[in-house]
Amino acid sequence: MQEINSLMGGFAVALTWFNVMLMIAGVSLGVLIGVLPGLGGANGVAILLPLTFQMAQQPGGATSAIILLSCIYWGALFGGAITSILFNIPGEPWSVATTFDGYPLAQQGRAGAALTAAFTSSFVGALIAVIMITFLSPLVARFALKFGPPEFFSVYLLTFCAFVGMAKGTPFKTIAAMMLGFALAAVGLDTVTGQLRLTFGHMELLKGFDFLIAVIGLFGIGEILLTIEEGLEFKGANARLNMRVVLETWKELPKYWKTSLRSAGVGCLMGIVPGGATPASFMSYGVAKRFSRDGEKFGTGQVEGVVAPETAAHAAGTSALLPMLTLGVPGSPTAAVLLGGLMIWGLQPGPLLFIEKADFVWGLIASMYLGNIAGLLIVLTCVPLFASILRVPFSIIAPVILVICAIGAFTVHNSMFDVWLMLVFGVMGYVFKKLDYPLAPLVLALVLGDSAENAFRQSMLMSQGTLTIFYANGLVGTFTSLALLLLFWPLISRALAILRGRNGKPLNVE
Amino acid sequence: MQQSHDRAIGTVLVWEILVAVAFFVFGAVVVWDSQRLGASWASDGPQAGYFPFYIGLLICISSVANLIAALGKGSKGARAFVTWGQLRMVLIVMVPSIVYVALIENPLYSLGIYEASALFIAAFMRHLGKYSWPKIAGVSIGVMVAFFLMFEVWFKVPLPKGPIEALIGFR
Repeated sequence: MQEINSLMGGFAVALTWFNVMLMIAGVSLGVLIGVLPGLGGANGVAILLPLTFQMAQQPGGATSAIILLSCIYWGALFGGAITSILFNIPGEPWSVATTFDGYPLAQQGRAGAALTAAFTSSFVGALIAVIMITFLSPLVARFALKFGPPEFFSVYLLTFCAFVGMAKGTPFKTIAAMMLGFALAAVGLDTVTGQLRLTFGHMELLKGFDFLIAVIGLFGIGEILLTIEEGLEFKGANARLNMRVVLETWKELPKYWKTSLRSAGVGCLMGIVPGGATPASFMSYGVAKRFSRDGEKFGTGQVEGVVAPETAAHAAGTSALLPMLTLGVPGSPTAAVLLGGLMIWGLQPGPLLFIEKADFVWGLIASMYLGNIAGLLIVLTCVPLFASILRVPFSIIAPVILVICAIGAFTVHNSMFDVWLMLVFGVMGYVFKKLDYPLAPLVLALVLGDSAENAFRQSMLMSQGTLTIFYANGLVGTFTSLALLLLFWPLISRALAILRGRNGKPLNVE
Repeated sequence: MQQSHDRAIGTVLVWEILVAVAFFVFGAVVVWDSQRLGASWASDGPQAGYFPFYIGLLICISSVANLIAALGKGSKGARAFVTWGQLRMVLIVMVPSIVYVALIENPLYSLGIYEASALFIAAFMRHLGKYSWPKIAGVSIGVMVAFFLMFEVWFKVPLPKGPIEALIGFR
């Protein structure tokens, strides 16, 4: 029960006045970010990251900084549900499944019930995932201490192959977007040989592309362009949450404990795999629909249909931090931004973090418990306030968000070149989104590019250039095999389907 | 009017091809540059272009696959990529944004981020929202004063400053 002791120590770190204040501020900001069009978890955290540079310099400041940023993330997860239910606009891809039953409920005048169910099950999902992180992450970290460069590279490989295998559309678009990320990460000074790569004599490119700029441009500007294309109006249901509705819904919720547990399980499992939150929410919606007694009524406004995807999405979003903390491999774009933050503050994510910076890690884990409690209280009490923000006319909110993005891009390196770059990434994000090129693998590749390349180089040095090192022992071999299995999963599943003779005509795509 | 509004600016097919070709060119550039640096094995280990070489190669291969997939889509590719009405909205955001970023810092006369942002918000409110000038002034100046206090005073993050900040002694 060493974990319990560590956790108690973590609570002592997280429960100072300053940190609790940061938690409340972070969650409120996060909900705001989740509600506003064009700002989401990933770019919201990216924009606010430079504000923590100063804070992280002070002793113990890194813990406060990560508490602030992770609470913004929790807030954004909560906020996504508000827009899905009231406005039928999913703020994040993983809240799409919440609109299926949430919006019909709101139209029937039961918005309060839908919101309460969504927030409460988000909380439950996150709580289960945090408990899992508490007990599992020290084990994973201890296990990962034995990792050498080949093991790390095979874990990276597994991460990226998972994206390809789980992609909805054609795998080649995922590969193209991902490799673009790797190539952009390679631009600039090569730290090993000291040579300049892909700069073509431009001094601005010397330090390479910062993924924070890419995140702000791709997700922020790109999202605004997509939103404005649809016109300027938001039409939403009215939201009033009074205590009576909350209590009534809470009385109803225990009925769905099986759905909750199942969805949390799906979420935790899928969250560890990169890009898992969105499939997790859809999957648990589907599973709940099949197992529920009211399965046929799903989609017409069932509270259970809100519980399932929200629990899974929040569980997945939270457990995405497990591989980030223990292995240094983020499970989602937002986790990637948090990882980038750790590196900028001078902390090396990975197994050693648990030994060298134990108070940081356990402070963060404790803040996950507290932050989610604070989040639940804030969203339950302040829904009308946040919903009213969406009624601010677009002609005011759009330029303000663009200004925030520009300031965010500038503060990363104090460079105007980055602001121009942000605009370029914005147009790129817009075109990519319209053509179904996925953005998450691009961002993850940009973040992990250097680490993956270093791991690869060191492995190659160890083996004198033969790829057999990735099958040298049982551990690395297992990772590599799993990665290849996932990479070719689209082909394998199709082959299996043909073998089973389910769709008589072979290779009939769609 | 309605008809010109719905006119398509390029079909999905055209844009798929454009993007796939752009990917291919980029991949080829990466391969070429890696070759220039050396993409093989030196006496002390892999050369600088070793890893990017394969990345570039993969970009080229996947862009060809995407091109073939796009061409094989048939009638589905004939869908409009963006209609004129949609593109107009996108340009209404993009063009002022470019002007805005240019105003912040340029060789002729830099306005700094605060003044440029206030003008940017004002232009949006006037052009799209048709607000009265007092309201515009209130919102645009109010937002920028709040940002100024937050960044320069509270968090001490310096942003590009313009003539007004110089007047009140901030540099």
